[in-house]
Amino acid sequence: MANTETDTDTILAGLREIVDEIAGVPANEVDLEKSFVDDLDIDSLSMVEIAVAAQDKFGVEIPDDQLKDLKTVQDVVNYIQK
Amino acid sequence: MNLLPAAAGARVAALGEYQPANVVTNQDLTRRVDTTDEWIRSRVGIEERRIAGPEDSVVSMAAAAGGKALAASGLAPADIDLVIVATCTLVDQIPNAAARVADRLGIEAPGAFDVNAACAGFCYGLGLAADSVRSGSAHNVLVIGSEKLSDWLDWEDRSTCVIFADGAGAAVVTPSETPGIGPVVWGSSGDRADKIYLRENKYLYQEGQSVFRWATTELNGVAAEALRRAGVEAGQLTAFVPHQANLRIVEAIARKLGAPQAIVARDIVTAGNTSSASVPLALARMSERGELPSGSLVLTMGFGAGLTYSAQVLEIP
Repeated sequence: MANTETDTDTILAGLREIVDEIAGVPANEVDLEKSFVDDLDIDSLSMVEIAVAAQDKFGVEIPDDQLKDLKTVQDVVNYIQK
Repeated sequence: MNLLPAAAGARVAALGEYQPANVVTNQDLTRRVDTTDEWIRSRVGIEERRIAGPEDSVVSMAAAAGGKALAASGLAPADIDLVIVATCTLVDQIPNAAARVADRLGIEAPGAFDVNAACAGFCYGLGLAADSVRSGSAHNVLVIGSEKLSDWLDWEDRSTCVIFADGAGAAVVTPSETPGIGPVVWGSSGDRADKIYLRENKYLYQEGQSVFRWATTELNGVAAEALRRAGVEAGQLTAFVPHQANLRIVEAIARKLGAPQAIVARDIVTAGNTSSASVPLALARMSERGELPSGSLVLTMGFGAGLTYSAQVLEIP
């Protein structure tokens, strides 16, 4: 299994692409500590689109009842790694 | 046993629409519930909608839209032998809307029934109309979607009252030598009946995120199947007219359709979400604006409570 640091970088890079495509947020603004709603101005419907795109990319399903607890980019990375 | 002589195909001969006169803007809604114009525009894409007045009912709006479609078709009321009304908001359920609409339009003794497939209702009705013509059960069919959602809204619930609206749209379906309405793809997912329902048996409620996820992930397969069954490539479409549920759903489905040349219906911006009326209302309004020249191929798709869905390709008269 690859080390966690590499995985985090890979997932973050993937999420940056997704967030840029869906919400038009430039990749350099998407850091681990950023909150989707408060920092990146991403609303609940865009979060659903991001979750679906993340599922396609990483093969991990994020159901709606879990999604509402994922506030930051780090939260999503952790969920995908789990 | 005999079979009736059947038509080779069925086509849409004419369209019609009706909207209540009363325009309700987002600004108007901010005086009723805690919301903003910006929130409504960004989340659902609506700028204004029509809300029925006391003179408007499901039946009256259906008759108005149906009357326009009938007049545009050049047929007489006596030529119509089947009337189908798609609706899920009829308050006075007995008798059905279709018989009353037929009577108002002077159509004597047609087959007359209502279809409740929620926001997918018109596309179900259009499929039934086309099949009736092709089998010989009917010659000329008037199919209508008419909804008065304002009767079923909690005007203090900002998650729903900003979305839904009232109106009607109609089509006359006639026999044709070549197919003008492609095979219908219809289906349902009753295991998710709890995603859109009447709260306290009187207020329309939906789990917005779940519906959004369903619509934006699963319905592209339905659209693709309707194209496949009709033998039409996405690149041949002049327009894509899905149920006007939410502009962001419409645009998300359209992005995955593989038809960048197709005009995408954005009727929700000024009409709101009118459930089963939204597809024929959008078709009629786009046609009036000259966006759908004769011979255009259009993909229609309805989806909503049930969950139900239905799609088909049609050729513009």
